[in-house]
Amino acid sequence: MSDGIGARVKRKEDKRFITGKGKYTDDIRMENQAYAAFVRSPHAHARVKGIDASEAEAMEGVIAVLNGAQLTGDGIGNIICGWAITSKDGSPMNMGPWSALATDRVRYVGDAVAVVIAESDRLARIAAEKVAVDYEELPAVAHADKALKPGVPQVHDNAPGNLIYDWGIGEEAATDAAIAGAAHVTEMHVTNNRLSPNPMEPRSAVAIFDASEDHYTLYTTSQNPHVARLVLSAFYNVAPEHKLRVIAPDVGGGFGSKIYIYPEEITCLWAAMKTGRSVKWTSDRSEAFMTDAHGRDHITTAKMGFDANGRITGFKVDTIANFGAYMSLFSSAVPTYLYATLLSGQYDIANIYANVRAVYTNTVPVDAYRGAGRPEACYLIERMMETAAREMGMDPAELRRRNFIDAFPHQTPVIMAYDVGDFGGNLDKAMAAADVVGFAARKAEAAKRGKFRGLGYSCYIEACGIAPSAAVGSLGAGVGLWESAEVRVNPVGTIEILTGSHSHGQGHETTFAQIVADRFGIPIDNVSIVHGDTDKVQMGMGTYGSRSGAVGMSAIVKAMDKVEAKVKKIAAHVLEASEDDIIIEGGEVKIAGTDKKMAWHEVGLAAYTAHNLPAGMEPGLKEGAFYDPVNFTFPAGCYIAEVEVDPETGVTKIVQFTAADDFGTIINPNIVEGQVHGGVAQGIGQAMLEQVVYDEAGQLVTGSYMDYAMPRADDVPFYTIEHNTTVCPNNPLGIKGCGEAGAIGAPPAVINAITDAIGTNDLQMPATPSRVWGAIQASRAPMAAE
Amino acid sequence: MYDVHYHRPSSLEDALNLLAGADEPKILAGGQTLLPTMKQHLAAPSDLVDVRKIPGMVGVKVEGGKLVIGAATTHAEVAGNPDVLKHVPSLACLAAGIGDPAVRHMGTIGGSIANNDPAADYPAAILALNATVVTNRREIPADQYFEGMFATSLEDGEIITAVTISPPKRGAYAKFPNPASRYAMAGVYVAETSSGVRVAVTGAGESGVFRHEDLEAALSSNFAPEAADGVEISADGLLSDIHGDAAYRAQLVKVMAKRAVAAAA
Repeated sequence: MSDGIGARVKRKEDKRFITGKGKYTDDIRMENQAYAAFVRSPHAHARVKGIDASEAEAMEGVIAVLNGAQLTGDGIGNIICGWAITSKDGSPMNMGPWSALATDRVRYVGDAVAVVIAESDRLARIAAEKVAVDYEELPAVAHADKALKPGVPQVHDNAPGNLIYDWGIGEEAATDAAIAGAAHVTEMHVTNNRLSPNPMEPRSAVAIFDASEDHYTLYTTSQNPHVARLVLSAFYNVAPEHKLRVIAPDVGGGFGSKIYIYPEEITCLWAAMKTGRSVKWTSDRSEAFMTDAHGRDHITTAKMGFDANGRITGFKVDTIANFGAYMSLFSSAVPTYLYATLLSGQYDIANIYANVRAVYTNTVPVDAYRGAGRPEACYLIERMMETAAREMGMDPAELRRRNFIDAFPHQTPVIMAYDVGDFGGNLDKAMAAADVVGFAARKAEAAKRGKFRGLGYSCYIEACGIAPSAAVGSLGAGVGLWESAEVRVNPVGTIEILTGSHSHGQGHETTFAQIVADRFGIPIDNVSIVHGDTDKVQMGMGTYGSRSGAVGMSAIVKAMDKVEAKVKKIAAHVLEASEDDIIIEGGEVKIAGTDKKMAWHEVGLAAYTAHNLPAGMEPGLKEGAFYDPVNFTFPAGCYIAEVEVDPETGVTKIVQFTAADDFGTIINPNIVEGQVHGGVAQGIGQAMLEQVVYDEAGQLVTGSYMDYAMPRADDVPFYTIEHNTTVCPNNPLGIKGCGEAGAIGAPPAVINAITDAIGTNDLQMPATPSRVWGAIQASRAPMAAE
Repeated sequence: MYDVHYHRPSSLEDALNLLAGADEPKILAGGQTLLPTMKQHLAAPSDLVDVRKIPGMVGVKVEGGKLVIGAATTHAEVAGNPDVLKHVPSLACLAAGIGDPAVRHMGTIGGSIANNDPAADYPAAILALNATVVTNRREIPADQYFEGMFATSLEDGEIITAVTISPPKRGAYAKFPNPASRYAMAGVYVAETSSGVRVAVTGAGESGVFRHEDLEAALSSNFAPEAADGVEISADGLLSDIHGDAAYRAQLVKVMAKRAVAAAA
């Protein structure tokens, strides 16, 4: 089957995207459309003493200026965090109130205090500047390393010391003992730099209120429209679910930032009701930098003990995670169950303990961003391993090999139970493709040109297939993380797949169609994918955490199982055979070993004409399924970066990047490789370029691309991509997931390569030219006592 | 963007009248800095006077052995102009490295030096090549033109019409781009002119483009990368920001100077 599983099918959706025919939220135009512009705090922390909107309200074309008191007065609820984390002492996390429009206090630069609704976008923005807000400035705290210090400004009254929770996982005493008895201990202090997600399409919303039906419709840039509807109904009291339709049309990238329900979308819905107008808001890039949830921002100190043979005896981790000014939807889970549970890496470690303290600061909220917790874990472990190998005088590949888990299933001391993998095989494949053997000669040749050449490894593992609902429920999740699908075979045999997954660049219209084509032997052009509309598609959980293959496709397979069973019953009846003898092959439904058959579309027609169905069978051919995974999946791999550093300027060029990934079954290698390319580019961005900077007063310094360095084409190399597949035993297609691997695995490979080149382990991300040059200078400086 | 009146005069006289008659006018000469600033509501001129269609403002010619570049000549035109490539190839090379293709096809030499962004490339060329800035009123030598970040000796109602350059014996520009904006973090233009070796530094100084006298002295006696290497570059007066501190910029000035000399030699 040329379009089936494993085929390099070209993306079906690309025709409309590359010809400019995609339909995004900002392309929606309603007849009675008005425009929203937000009045935002210029201060990181201030009391709001008053709002004078009279000048704005008097402007021609301004429909309304609405504020937080009105919003809360109308019963719009506070924004919630959907995952409850319990501190070590048993106390619940300290969630500070977050109103879509601030009422008495603003807590970060960009916090919205009012909204102007006007006849044009331009007018709304100009009017927003005319709204006079009387602020009483308060001292601010912007950085994680300051937030817990005594006497610093308090972001929320109900979070003393800015502490959200103080959480632990693993056995502390046993880990301490294992490290105390170690032959060698490696200790590191690493920061995981704060990132801005930067999807190409900024956030946008069009809110419509139909007063005659008390019905709302929200078009929005969402990765999970059903979850958006759920929280808008259940927590923000906009409307009950059956009175609210959420549509996420084409969405231009998300990387996690479009999982959450932000103040703007809530406000637009409410404002549509208040004004009787459809209300559109589209973020500009400056607003995106200021208000989209950021990622990462950890500070960690860690110790890893080794015995005399280089076997890890214990790993102890102490992390402070900066949550910004409010707890975003999944923020609490990121540095706990998506981070600390992966601290075993690919290694057999008996003793692990991690302490994580989450803190408030006067910065934009931080939440999941491509990888979410797993990049932070991988970066820490893989820098520890490389550094430890250097300190012990061992080959870094050999040190890893000695510690690899090689028997499965494997229960780690931090919840996760790995199902299958081939860590040694990944390493072998990457080392061969990267020609590690020839590295010494390449380094010597580079030295002749005055360049420092280095090689760095990263053996990453992550947890995808998010997630078994009962398991995450027991850990505090407010939702189940299953997925749904409906397979509708039309009377002519074409198929519509209604999926709860949401594509915002992943190519579901192609890959989801491939698994249907593979199963029933029909052309992929006869399959269409319907997603992103709560009125069309049954409840679903959306796309994030590399879950659409492992979970979303599994739901489709389950529904296809039911369709197949019914098709066989119909064919057996019509062809007068036993169901057990019916096979589906090449678009035909046949009696095995005979020439008796029905075309696929004939079965579809038979199901709907219902003239000749088995006794008691319902007409039609449409089946639904909900799939709840039994375990996480564990994509893993080995990345090797090779770099050349110019010691005069600190400029680093990645001269070779090799990825050997184990993603389980691959549906479309083209799309999977594209995910690796994009993920590695973002990983290189984190390692060498990207950094959100707030100054001490909480002002955003990196508010535009003038100061926030996004990777460009000439910042990234051509990639060598290898696959080393072990099939996931826990879902029907054997898929593990591939969307986040690049962003998870790349940063430590790059930093390990740079530190190898310059001969010092003392380097933090992003390794900008100035930092690399500074690290070279510092490592060359004599150890003077002055 | 706020409301603004756009004018496209067809003579210098019309342009001057428009500038004189408006509340808060701005000359538009490509707009690659001005327009983004206006879109962000950080600038709010009442009137834009677009000087690109004034006869004589665009194009390159050679007069009396000097290159005369019209003020509204785009970076792309300078980069590809045969006379520039023949007489001052280092200038063509600099122009080819400004911004991106969209910027190079809109931005102009006059706009760049009138704005005098401290990280722009052209100011280094004007200063190192000892160029003359020609306006509707006078001819300003490069050494008297730049007066600090975004500051020049231009007066109200003064419009740059051209830049004239005597081709140097040799010259080159080396730029270290900011990783985010790709403006110069340090750009060094070295030129051996009829009045001696001149070295201009952009991107690195707290007060915009400046000449580096120690480098000039060293290169005057020996126009070779080693000579630049021996010069102590002080970090005093250099910029420190999130992309690099003054010490790093001092290092970049030295390295870019060496690379420019190597390219010119």
